[in-house]
Amino acid sequence: MGSTHDLREQIVRLLLPVAVLAIGAVAWDLIVRINGIPPYVLPGPGAVVAALVESWPILWSSLLVTLRTTLEGFVAAAAGGIALALLFNQSKWLEHALMPYAIILQVTPVIAIAPLLLIYLPQETAVIVCAWIVAFFPVLSNATLGLNSVDRNLAGLFRLYGASRLQTLRYLKLPAALPHILGGLRIAGGLSLIGAVVAEIAAGSAGAGSGLAYRIAESGYRLNIPRMFAALLLLSVTGIVIYMGLVLASHFALRHWHESALGKES
Amino acid sequence: MADPAALPPSSDADPRAGVAVSLRGAAKVYETGVAALGPLDLDVRKGDFVSLLGPSGCGKSTALRLIAGLAAPTSGTVRVAGGGARDRLAIGFVFQEPTLMPWTTVRENVALPLTLARQPRAEITARVDDALAKVGLAEFAKSYPRELSGGMKMRVSLARALVTDPDILLMDEPFAALDEITRFRLNDDLLALWRELHKTVIFVTHSVFESVYLSRRVVVLTSRPARIHGEFRIDTGEPRGEEFRTSPLYGRLCRDVSAALAQAGAEAAMS
Repeated sequence: MGSTHDLREQIVRLLLPVAVLAIGAVAWDLIVRINGIPPYVLPGPGAVVAALVESWPILWSSLLVTLRTTLEGFVAAAAGGIALALLFNQSKWLEHALMPYAIILQVTPVIAIAPLLLIYLPQETAVIVCAWIVAFFPVLSNATLGLNSVDRNLAGLFRLYGASRLQTLRYLKLPAALPHILGGLRIAGGLSLIGAVVAEIAAGSAGAGSGLAYRIAESGYRLNIPRMFAALLLLSVTGIVIYMGLVLASHFALRHWHESALGKES
Repeated sequence: MADPAALPPSSDADPRAGVAVSLRGAAKVYETGVAALGPLDLDVRKGDFVSLLGPSGCGKSTALRLIAGLAAPTSGTVRVAGGGARDRLAIGFVFQEPTLMPWTTVRENVALPLTLARQPRAEITARVDDALAKVGLAEFAKSYPRELSGGMKMRVSLARALVTDPDILLMDEPFAALDEITRFRLNDDLLALWRELHKTVIFVTHSVFESVYLSRRVVVLTSRPARIHGEFRIDTGEPRGEEFRTSPLYGRLCRDVSAALAQAGAEAAMS
């Protein structure tokens, strides 16, 4: 395998999705132009970009609000999920007692819970709680899986040398679970954005919000369709950036040893 | 060749050499009802090199786990010299797999027993360096396990078992997964270490050739539950090497031990 071959493959892998995007944009533009579709029904890509530039100050400040909610929800989900997994790992009884409720929280659609939360909690808190509800379960279940999948012989070795619970956790269980925990966090990143957006949409009519989802709802009421698309575009890009950031973080954390972070040849 | 005068003093009838490990009627029945071991009576002298030889899955690893304290006997007793409250650093264990922590360096892997015992950092460093030098891996302290070959990983595992300077070394088919060339080299290195360090070694294997080559004493076990079928003393001049491996004595001993092993298997099949 020559390195030039690898390089070419890398470039192709980067260029392919870009090409698909370009083709899609051109097709979209042509359809709008040829059929003479008015922008309040379907704006062309040019109109969307124009709206993005024009409404940038509003959209940017909204993006910051949504990002902050997402981040807070994510941190809460990560901390809560890992902490709960650690508790479950120490006590089977606690796991049996609480796991069903964690599952119930996970399977109940958050869009149905959000209006209730908005009644009982101040809006900023409710939005963060929504992000947390959606995002904590993958962290919990992955961390639990990781903590339980420790090599038997290594566990025996720790027992042989009289390791305390805390030592076993620190030197064996947590490092062994790290790849699983990072996998959970990768899913949680995208989900906390979804949770934040869902809560904002639910709160939208209450009016106090100013996140990106609120902008989408607001622009909808005003039939400002280009701005709706612009805000949506911004949300997608945010999701991608969050995901890539977490992939990168995971790669750096595991680069020395885990299969997922190693090249094919090593 | 089988000249008793050439034996190292610790290996035979030395009245001062105490008993390192003593099993009395030790038996293990798993919760599933499978009888894995015994009852077994076995005394291992200090400084001896004993192989437990039996077919795969016969329960010989269970004996090792009982001695290590990783499992408790269902009946009978297991006693290990070095105090009633079994000193956790007095036993070194080498598993069939290298059983290394992939997320950390060779140095940290070898240091593990000392880290868990909360030894001072400086002492850990010195003892890890020493253990790595003994197994010939001094330059690989900063490597990660995945960067090493199978044989080197096994050496790291051996260094980790030696780092506490244990009195007893328990080895559970440690070289079974290695290719023959690597295994021969590790056998020779293990013998050299044994001669130098005077550890008591209990070595579990299913290889007749390996057991005869390495041990002073070969204990042939029957299949589940593992009982003692018979035993052999392998008395040869020191040091052992390629010469011994190709000698007629070695061939004869291997044949005798093989016959005993086959007989043990046949007995187990009948019962």
